[in-house]
Amino acid sequence: MTDILPFLKSLISAPGLSAYEGPVARVIEEKWKPLVDEVSTSRLGSLHGLKKGSGKPPRPSIMIATHMDAIGLMVTKVVDGLIHLDEIGGIDVRILPGTPVIVHGIRDLPGVIVLPPLKTLPEEARDGAIGLRHLLVDTGLLPSKAESLVRVGDLVSFNTAPTELSGGVLSGHSLDNRASVAALTICLEELQTRSHLWDVWAVATAQEEETLGGAATSAFHLEPDLGIAVDVTFAKGPGADGWEAFPLGKGPTLGWGANLHPYLYKKFKQLADKLEIPVAMEVTPAHSGTDAYSIQIARAGIPTMVIGIPLRYMHTPVEVVALKDLQRAGRLLAEFIGGLEIDFVSKISWEAEDGQ
Amino acid sequence: MKQLIQKLTDTFSPSGYENAIRDVIRAEIKGFADELRVDALGNLIARRGRGGRRVMVAAHMDEIGLMATHVDDRGFVRFTGIGGVYPRNLPGGRVRFVNGTRGVIGLDGGVSGNDLPPLEKMFIDAGASSKDDCPIQTGDVAAFERPFLDFGNRLVAKSMDDRIGCAVAIEALRALKSTPNEVYFVFTTQEEVGTRGAQTSAYGIDPEFGFSIDVTGWGDTPGQRDFDIALGKGPAIKIRDGGMLSDPRIVDWMTAAAEKNKIPYQREVLLGGTTDARAMQLVRGGIPVGCVSIPCRYVHSPSEMVDYGDVQNAVKLVLALLRPAVKLQLAGA
Amino acid sequence: MANKAPATGAAQIKSLERLCRAVGVSGGEGEVRQIILDEIRSSVDEVKVDALGNILATKKGRGAKPLRVMLDAHMDEVGFMLVADDGEGLYRFKIIGGIDPRNLAGKQVVVGREHRPGVIGAKPIHLTTADERRKAVAEEVLRIDLGPESKIKVGERGTFAPNFQRVDPSLMSKSLDNRLGVSILIELLRANYPNIDLCAAFTVQEEIGLRGARVAAQFFQPDLAIVMDATPANDLPMQFEGDNVFYNTRLGLGPAIYVSNSSTLDDPRLVHFMQQVAQKAGIPFQIRQPGGGGTDAGGIQRAGAGVPVVSVSVPHRYTHSAMSVARIADWKNTLALLHGAIRQITPALLK
Repeated sequence: MTDILPFLKSLISAPGLSAYEGPVARVIEEKWKPLVDEVSTSRLGSLHGLKKGSGKPPRPSIMIATHMDAIGLMVTKVVDGLIHLDEIGGIDVRILPGTPVIVHGIRDLPGVIVLPPLKTLPEEARDGAIGLRHLLVDTGLLPSKAESLVRVGDLVSFNTAPTELSGGVLSGHSLDNRASVAALTICLEELQTRSHLWDVWAVATAQEEETLGGAATSAFHLEPDLGIAVDVTFAKGPGADGWEAFPLGKGPTLGWGANLHPYLYKKFKQLADKLEIPVAMEVTPAHSGTDAYSIQIARAGIPTMVIGIPLRYMHTPVEVVALKDLQRAGRLLAEFIGGLEIDFVSKISWEAEDGQ
Repeated sequence: MKQLIQKLTDTFSPSGYENAIRDVIRAEIKGFADELRVDALGNLIARRGRGGRRVMVAAHMDEIGLMATHVDDRGFVRFTGIGGVYPRNLPGGRVRFVNGTRGVIGLDGGVSGNDLPPLEKMFIDAGASSKDDCPIQTGDVAAFERPFLDFGNRLVAKSMDDRIGCAVAIEALRALKSTPNEVYFVFTTQEEVGTRGAQTSAYGIDPEFGFSIDVTGWGDTPGQRDFDIALGKGPAIKIRDGGMLSDPRIVDWMTAAAEKNKIPYQREVLLGGTTDARAMQLVRGGIPVGCVSIPCRYVHSPSEMVDYGDVQNAVKLVLALLRPAVKLQLAGA
Repeated sequence: MANKAPATGAAQIKSLERLCRAVGVSGGEGEVRQIILDEIRSSVDEVKVDALGNILATKKGRGAKPLRVMLDAHMDEVGFMLVADDGEGLYRFKIIGGIDPRNLAGKQVVVGREHRPGVIGAKPIHLTTADERRKAVAEEVLRIDLGPESKIKVGERGTFAPNFQRVDPSLMSKSLDNRLGVSILIELLRANYPNIDLCAAFTVQEEIGLRGARVAAQFFQPDLAIVMDATPANDLPMQFEGDNVFYNTRLGLGPAIYVSNSSTLDDPRLVHFMQQVAQKAGIPFQIRQPGGGGTDAGGIQRAGAGVPVVSVSVPHRYTHSAMSVARIADWKNTLALLHGAIRQITPALLK
């Protein structure tokens, strides 16, 4: 098994906010090229890697979707060289003050998101959390210089360096969902020596954080027979101790709910048990909150599954993930794909509905 | 062009009831399209050119409005909104039903003059004295009635959103005598209730890329601080709105065209609301989209204001985009 | 010996960077203290570390009875202490000094002498309610996460992760308050001031009550004292109607001379003297707006039989947060002003 850490660090060091995934897509493309037969890019910017199966054509295909876009910010106006912001994806503004960022202006500028002096704010805005409309980025430049380099609509991305904490965990921004891209890469590496009958579409999707648009359109375009989304889920930790959260480093989760096909759940669960890979059932009563939501309803409908990787502090610049969980998810995917028989789809049944 | 704008904004066609406006637009563009058709959801589709890059340009024909929900014994009409109707813009206003009936909007007694009551505490008085002589029945649809105003540089009307976009599209279509591209001007339906016409027309046309022409908000009146858009500084090129991120390649295409042709423009990051482009983006295998916006004050009120120079520059920008053969690199990377 | 003006080139900025990258939370200033001792040892006559951890250094003047002039810069910074181990690498902590808790969530931190990396996480936005997101995050619900195999013990201190960067014309870093002042005092000690007995104090515990400065002044019993610190620049644009008339100081306008704050009235003779020196030398300066806040001057002024004091500070934005911003020119001009002033001090100043 190769060490995934350097690749994951390079992934989270590459910009790639929703709709602007180009830089991270190039990092992924370079990594995947030797692992797949063909690489292409969708009209919305999703990266499609095709690893052909050994079955007789026409072969069925499986699409593994891991979104590569990251949350971030966008410049809404510049006043006295200080930058006002809008969010891309969902951000709790309370994590922003003090966050180092890169302002992607005419050239990249380092900066920091700051709490302005409270007296400069309307009285009703001074208590509690300071709203996004009042937070600013200071680039350290003179106002005239900042105003000449930064325009409305320029992107602002987090700039916290990837940092290893104790116990085999990595912290950084954009681990949602680059951690899953790394898990899918592990899967592709395992498939180099593991035969599979099905075609495999490894897809790094665009715009998940905004519209789930990359997965919806790639699923339409590729018309897979099965769809699997790999995405991060909540790890137990500060602020997350309810039923939605799973222990960090204790294995991936298998999704259960309306967006997911119960037969696929059953097959994954049986496989995980056989391989002695620890997994937890992740219940999603309605919306799974992942690309699976849109893949399922592409074309005439696609049986869909979600694999979750527990992550602490989701949508902050200091997300935390356990490398072990990536390895497990990648291996589970590869084993599932390797075990797919040509007529798997015809065996999918609804009998598993109550047969967890 | 002002007469055209007045004619379009004087027409009453809330979402789902676009017949009247479609007839007006069809008459205006007759003879300028190589092909003209109406699809199943009522979108009016005008093609110009053949065989080049397939581009869809969407301007929505529908407007926000009201729908009657109940007529009481004394002939007062209760109503609900169609699209984003703000209660603050209603009391004292006048409406006109698609069947031609007019009415005024009244407030329930006991509502203080300082309150902002919900729609449930308002009614339409159409001059009836009983249910029987009321010309309105449940389900009837109305739009705001307010006369068109020409201030010279600034124009005011109801339904500038998005008749001004329609006007820009019509002017552009008329001026586009020939094009190496295959351009589909689509006058869409049901935008205000969920960008529905654009979604299905985009599916039917299957364009390579496209953009909408629609109004955007403003940041240049007292107390408006968050939005860096002003009237009179040119059309806005949308980078993001509340529903989508424009495709960066489309943004670059538009800004390059504006700069090359010395058309003033503004960069738009709109914090709420969206346009037909959002729906187009997610159709089929994905469609790269953007939006040419016309800055508009008091959007979704009966007195929406635009700058005439911005409107003319929007026409110039659309033509600058569509006249030359589009060179956008979109397929793959 | 030529009395050369202190340099402010790349080497000095490098030294300032080293100071900013060090961690010295109030009560645990050891790392900063060590750097300072290494830097000043060869340029002072005597140096000692006192009972609280202050560095007290002296350089004797010449002549019969030179004034004893105390130069003070606090070396501590704001941060936190781990107070409870919740297991799994998660720790509760208490803030040390005046950090607005709104600056904590989502930040990288370091803990202990080895700068163990950690993060202060936050609840995922997906699990919050809109109501919750309008309230500030309380210190009590935050945890420091050092990873599941952390061996760090309760009682260790830490602060925001070092992040120094130079972006001309600015410096951006944690703990510019008061490594800016510390670096100025280090550079001043490299020069010679035969007109005075120079008593330098790099003090501890300023951020928790000006405690180091008080005992340092009691030890030195100086004739006058000059405090060098970093002071907030609240010079940001108004986000509603009105003018910003409470900026405290403004970036780029030079050293900020204090007149009055909540703990001190600066000695008018010294305030006047500082302005005169600046004007004559053509050094830009500003008067720090009278108001709240304070410096070590508050601890020194009332020590023993009393000491005439003045504070001169470098303006910086976003004090006590993960990253502050200061202008390099302000730092250089503060050093130049203090150098010019100190060399002109004579006993007549206090007459």
